[in-house]
Amino acid sequence: MTPAGSLLTADGLRKVYGPTTALDGADFSIHPGEIVAVMGPSGSGKSTLLHCLAGIVRPDAGEITYNGQRLTDMNDTALSALRRSEFGFVFQFGQLVPELTCVENVALPLRLNGAKRKDAERTALTWMERLEVDDVRDKRPGQASGGQGQRVAVARALVTSPRVLFADEPTGALDSLNGERVMELLTDAARSTNAAVVLVTHETRVAAYSDREIVVRDGKSRDMERLV
Amino acid sequence: MVCIVLRMSIGHTLLGLLESGPRHGYDLKRAFDEKFGHDKPLHYGQVYSTMSRLLKNGLVEVDGIEAGEGPERKRYAITEAGITDVQRWLATPEKPEPYLQSTLYTKVVLALLTHRDAADILDTQRAEHLRLMRILTDRKRRGDLADQLICDHALFHLEADLRWLELTSARLGKLAKEVLPG
Repeated sequence: MTPAGSLLTADGLRKVYGPTTALDGADFSIHPGEIVAVMGPSGSGKSTLLHCLAGIVRPDAGEITYNGQRLTDMNDTALSALRRSEFGFVFQFGQLVPELTCVENVALPLRLNGAKRKDAERTALTWMERLEVDDVRDKRPGQASGGQGQRVAVARALVTSPRVLFADEPTGALDSLNGERVMELLTDAARSTNAAVVLVTHETRVAAYSDREIVVRDGKSRDMERLV
Repeated sequence: MVCIVLRMSIGHTLLGLLESGPRHGYDLKRAFDEKFGHDKPLHYGQVYSTMSRLLKNGLVEVDGIEAGEGPERKRYAITEAGITDVQRWLATPEKPEPYLQSTLYTKVVLALLTHRDAADILDTQRAEHLRLMRILTDRKRRGDLADQLICDHALFHLEADLRWLELTSARLGKLAKEVLPG
């Protein structure tokens, strides 16, 4: 069943890796502009849930629907196109291309979608200003601090104005102060564009930036909002 | 510790202990001390005054009276209204505040003893904590540095509670083995 008005839903997802059951009937739904935290102990299946929702991993059973389209029916090419045009991604680390400058990194998704370099970098710089990292535009990622690098990564994830932003432990490698700044800027930017955010985190202080929380335990999901 | 014991609802705890069957006041005190008293056992006076109140409110009834050499001993049984009252107490999340763990521990153990869903109690509390953390996070974002520091202090304490809730949730099976008879 798809909750009314949902942008992305999953129903009864199951995923097994060898002897390990990562997902065992997990459900999920998110509305446009909503920020949903996915929490749970290590190994509970929360990252697998994110990967399935984003079309990176195919579930063994269950259905995923994005904006009326069944992801589970799409081939790899269609999934890849969907990810590039509709989704943005932020991970814990290792996501920027070290040989490119920060502005080139942010502009990269636009360039891959066919935009001209000058136009792409102009748009990229606007996002870098919003994320307060325009001062590192010409530096390579290795020359920026961890907090700056992560904000560059957020700018890159949002530069194509995705409808869903997937963030997997986006502050996991940062100290409290930098982590909070990243979360403030990330959530402000997402809200201003009405992007939905799927936020996987094990930190409750990070989850407190969300509108709603899903807890994954032993591959099963629980919508905590229904308990309050 | 005094603070912790006072915050715990003795009435609800005694009611919960009665769910497994009628008991005398002395048995109730012994069960309470064994499960929840730790280094702060209940006074007899507390037990009898609490039972009088519960009796007056119709949450328990006198199941029998034994006359002996000393004062007569009443045996108490929980009423339907008492069971409903325990259920309501267990299902209602506590207001997040310091020294909460003792009340939550009591609720979790009582839920296990009365075969209710202890995981549900922890999750309900978790949701309530996170709801408050959202409010504080929002206030922090809008406020000045003083607001930020004050909210941060509360947030770190709530975070510690949440870690305890998660850990307890993961240890429910082990706890059930320890508190359930046999």
